[in-house]
Amino acid sequence: MRELVWLIPALPLAGFAVLVVLGRRLGNPLAGWLATLMVAASFAASIVVWLGVRAASGERSSTQRLFTWIPAGGFRVDVAFLVDPLSITMALFVTGISALIHLYSIGYMHADAHFTKFFVYLNLFVFSMLVLVLGDNLLLTFLGWEGVGTCSYLLISFWFEEEANASAGKKAFVTNRIGDWGFMVATLFTFFAIGSVRYADITAAAPGLATSTATVIAVLLFLGAVGKSAQLPLYVWLPDAMAGPTPVSALIHAATMVTAGVYLMTRVGPVLAAASPWVPTLIAVVGGLTALFAATIAVAQTDIKKVLAYSTVSQLGYMFLAIGSGAYVAAVFHMITHAFFKAVLFLGAGSVIHGMHEEQDMRRMGALKRAMPITALTFGAGSLALAGIPPFSGFWSKDEILLGAWNRGGFVGRGLWVIGVLTALMTAFYVGRMVFLTFFGQARWGDAPAHAAGEAERSAVEVDDGARTEHSGQASVATAAPADHGRPADQGALQPHESPWTMTLPLVVLGVAATLGGALNLPVARLRTLASWLDPVVGGQEIATSAATATKWILAAIAVVAALVGLGAAGVLYLRRRFADQPREPRVLARGWYVDEAVTAFAGGPGRRLFDGVAWFDRTVVDGAVNGVGFLVRGAGSGLRRAQSGYVRNYALGFAAGAIVLVAVLVLRGVSL
Amino acid sequence: MSALALVGATAAAAANAATSATSASAANAATSAADASPQFPVLTALVVLPAVGALVTGLVSRRRPEAARQVAVLFAVLTGALSIGALVLFKTGTPGFQLVDKATWIKDLDISWFLGIDGISLFLVVLTGVLFPIAMLGGIPHHDEKPFYAWLLMLEAGCMGVFLALDLFVFFVMFEIVLVPMYFLIAGWGYERRRYAAIKFFLYTMLGSAFMLVGLVATAVLYQRAGHPLTFNLVTIATNQGSIATTTARWLFLSFAVAFAVKVPVFPLHTWLPDAHTQAPTAGSVILAGVMLKLGTYGFLRFGLYLFPEAATWFAPAMVTLGVIGIIYGAVAAAMQRDLKRLIAYSSVAHLGFIVLGTFAITTQGLEGGVLQMVNHGISTGALFLLVGMIYERRHTRAIAELRGLQRAAPIFAAVFTVVMMSSIGVPGLNGFVGEFLTLLGAFLTRRWWAVVGATGVIVAALYLLWAYQRVFHGKLDDANADFGELRLREGLVLAPLLGIIVFLGVYPKPVLDRIEPSVKALVAQVENNGGQRQPPVATTGTSAREGTFVRGERKGAGG
Repeated sequence: MRELVWLIPALPLAGFAVLVVLGRRLGNPLAGWLATLMVAASFAASIVVWLGVRAASGERSSTQRLFTWIPAGGFRVDVAFLVDPLSITMALFVTGISALIHLYSIGYMHADAHFTKFFVYLNLFVFSMLVLVLGDNLLLTFLGWEGVGTCSYLLISFWFEEEANASAGKKAFVTNRIGDWGFMVATLFTFFAIGSVRYADITAAAPGLATSTATVIAVLLFLGAVGKSAQLPLYVWLPDAMAGPTPVSALIHAATMVTAGVYLMTRVGPVLAAASPWVPTLIAVVGGLTALFAATIAVAQTDIKKVLAYSTVSQLGYMFLAIGSGAYVAAVFHMITHAFFKAVLFLGAGSVIHGMHEEQDMRRMGALKRAMPITALTFGAGSLALAGIPPFSGFWSKDEILLGAWNRGGFVGRGLWVIGVLTALMTAFYVGRMVFLTFFGQARWGDAPAHAAGEAERSAVEVDDGARTEHSGQASVATAAPADHGRPADQGALQPHESPWTMTLPLVVLGVAATLGGALNLPVARLRTLASWLDPVVGGQEIATSAATATKWILAAIAVVAALVGLGAAGVLYLRRRFADQPREPRVLARGWYVDEAVTAFAGGPGRRLFDGVAWFDRTVVDGAVNGVGFLVRGAGSGLRRAQSGYVRNYALGFAAGAIVLVAVLVLRGVSL
Repeated sequence: MSALALVGATAAAAANAATSATSASAANAATSAADASPQFPVLTALVVLPAVGALVTGLVSRRRPEAARQVAVLFAVLTGALSIGALVLFKTGTPGFQLVDKATWIKDLDISWFLGIDGISLFLVVLTGVLFPIAMLGGIPHHDEKPFYAWLLMLEAGCMGVFLALDLFVFFVMFEIVLVPMYFLIAGWGYERRRYAAIKFFLYTMLGSAFMLVGLVATAVLYQRAGHPLTFNLVTIATNQGSIATTTARWLFLSFAVAFAVKVPVFPLHTWLPDAHTQAPTAGSVILAGVMLKLGTYGFLRFGLYLFPEAATWFAPAMVTLGVIGIIYGAVAAAMQRDLKRLIAYSSVAHLGFIVLGTFAITTQGLEGGVLQMVNHGISTGALFLLVGMIYERRHTRAIAELRGLQRAAPIFAAVFTVVMMSSIGVPGLNGFVGEFLTLLGAFLTRRWWAVVGATGVIVAALYLLWAYQRVFHGKLDDANADFGELRLREGLVLAPLLGIIVFLGVYPKPVLDRIEPSVKALVAQVENNGGQRQPPVATTGTSAREGTFVRGERKGAGG
């Protein structure tokens, strides 16, 4: 059954091709249904292949070769798919979540003028993502890697008429390209060192690699992962990426694409193992710091999608913390649970935005749990998972990561564990704040006069925010509205409503998954399903936990207490108090530590001057020299023109003189005439 | 136009002679692969057909511009079909020259009408054959149609001649001939500063060619001095390496290199290019970027590496450095352009930098990538110039600042532009990536740090193209651009073959690489046997973990 693996990416590709040609004719909603069907079929194919891998006795890894992509001398890359527990796990959760988000999008995008185009991009994205995870070599993964990046660019700037959206798309692509440079150079090094870029060959050769070689390759690949998975310092594109339609945020910028870096690191784990010890430490530290850093920003955001965006950056940081700690299973585990709960959170946020007629500011929400019960319930489940409250899925995976960090030992390991726990506390806090502001408390979306007092108090913040938007060139995404969904001028007319079934069904499914997803890998010997399943792939690079059972219990208890403290604090500040009395978030956090401003200032200042300098140099110096030569020649020409006197006697004199010189030279050189 | 008369007579004479004396040159080792049986002289026809087309177009009545256009397009399409025919006849897997046509021209000097094709020139010939009809259909002049098309066909004959010629003298003649039609195309049908651009282009390239003429005659004479019979036969001279003293050969290489470096253009000899590309009419820009820049890179392969392998190795560090400078410098300069066409012109400097880098890496991958990238650049940049031409037709401006929100007005046009742009950026799955990656890979094997630095070009490439796209296609549509028309069927049909090639070469470049490879390997062998530089074994075998240490002496046991 494993030979059906080609169908997994082929089905979304077929959907893409059909929609490119016939999309307009199929129209709304048929095009959306076709796209959804293709991805659902791809999910079915993934299940079939998964069963095939399970049934396989002995070697669980197999390759399906389709055709040779690039043959050049000793370099040869095939379009071939690697089927092993890791890749099929990725394929399963990518196709499963994609299918649900496709279904959701039919409802969410129903009023958009570019409905068909949206699904064209989505299908192309799913295809690229599947090539990324199924490719049997670095270069094919790179194809998927760039493919998802391109789709991300197209979808972020989907509502391209807003300048901010267009800028966000470009920013995402260019920032990612910095990481891609690392990926590409790593591929060059790999071929040079190993003579192949196939994962099978890399895994086999990695133990024999010189430490310096493995270090260079690992660091460069990590740079690629830092770009794609939005880690410090290349995370800046992800918050802006929320300019895209919300299903895109859920699918690409939370559940699937941004985890590609984690997948890549897991895949090349043997190289990390062969590298200098400081490389895993670097990865863990970058991950840990990113987790904490992004969490501090998330606590101060007022745009519901921005909270989730920074939360995604933070959670991805956890995954890299796990990778750097040698806890590969924990990283993949958290990748999956995060995909569940972050997808449900984004889709829930989308449902809220949809129901609130494109409102994204949590300060204008509140008390939505009555108007949108299904959304509120599923969003709540996702929130508890994100906050790490047992028995929701996030608790289990985060616990494994913290255990992994603790297991590193030493100053760095313990320090990272502290950072992890601190981040867990802040995570619970911003999750609580988000939920309470959105679904509880007073309804602030009704008629404006009733809440004049609160609004007046808050208006200072709003003006401030407006200034920020203009100043930094990045924008709140609130204005990205489809044609007939513009924000009503009269706030009083706003009546939040629950979303159609195409949107709530995915919410329910994902909500259940977010709740129960922890069952994939319970910390009991016989229930470590995911760990034993992935063992053939990551077993060799996994660092076993040495902590005693009691220690594990204590660590888990501390994490739970931290989460509860965070939730409690949010409850005290945002649930118990009236809106007007709630604390104002520190401006430095709301603006994300001014990183965007700094980048903009640099790019617009010294960066721009450097580029301008090159252009000036080209115009003035290089081309100036050319024109200068031309000028000199013309000057010389007009000087020499006097020789062209027109008198034959002058020419004859010239002839004679020339002939004499010529003869003299020939004679002197001994040529016989 | 004495030059015109000259080539006309040459071509006609050769056509007659070629039929009787086909492939008499079996003596040359490198041409042993040539088919000995008499056959239709495809290659000669590839040069003669467009030249005849130019004459026929010239005979059409001035009052019937439409007829001139139809005749010209017909000849261009026939030539294109013939180039495809050459592709079909080409035997994969042999390194030597094929479909050889040879006829004596000037017996005393052993100058002969000697044409042949190998894996290196094959796809440049096909590119020329395909791009000319597309350029003709895509860039329509608004006055003086007849001479416009006649000049274009003349240009095609010259380009074909350059790619096919295996005789130094014929090569030089063809190399010079292409200047004349291009000069008139820019000066006659260009934009505001067309005269300045045309003269700059002409003088600049002429100056380069002057060096080449000296080098070329000196090569033949010095070869004779070494005790061989006088000849201008490229294959003979290149095969008998060692006839010319090492230092002398380096000077000779330099004389050729100047001519080619101007043509490519290699930094800092590039400033004619933005002016010429921007001021040329659309068809001229397409051909200029798509075909004519390759005359330089092709020249480096054929008359640099092949003819002077030792000198090429000696100059390689300088050349790869200039290539890397070109990649980054061109991209940065492109980012700051305010004129859309100028921006694309500068992007050519960057793209050609990759080709120079791959060529002078002198590895299988670098050279294969370089040849492929020549084709890719021709397709992608050709398509970009066509698209910019279409924008100009609608808006009568190329200024980025005056364009805005076009994606709203013309979504299909924008989609096509996006695909071509992504190909130019080098997104895998489209053609640009394969060539770019192979040049970097090949360069990495012998010039590691140059490749690492050159790879940063992919970042800036994304920056300048996406930024331009954002300013032109994104944003709110304003009144000035509100009437921007959607892609018309005719325009779509012109672009369709290019889009097809962009996707095909990105997904399945194997047929192309398979045909390029034997010739490239032979070329690498030629350089290695005479130049001393060796590519690491991994380039040819793909299995050499032993080479894979970056710090000498440091190695763990059990290398894979």
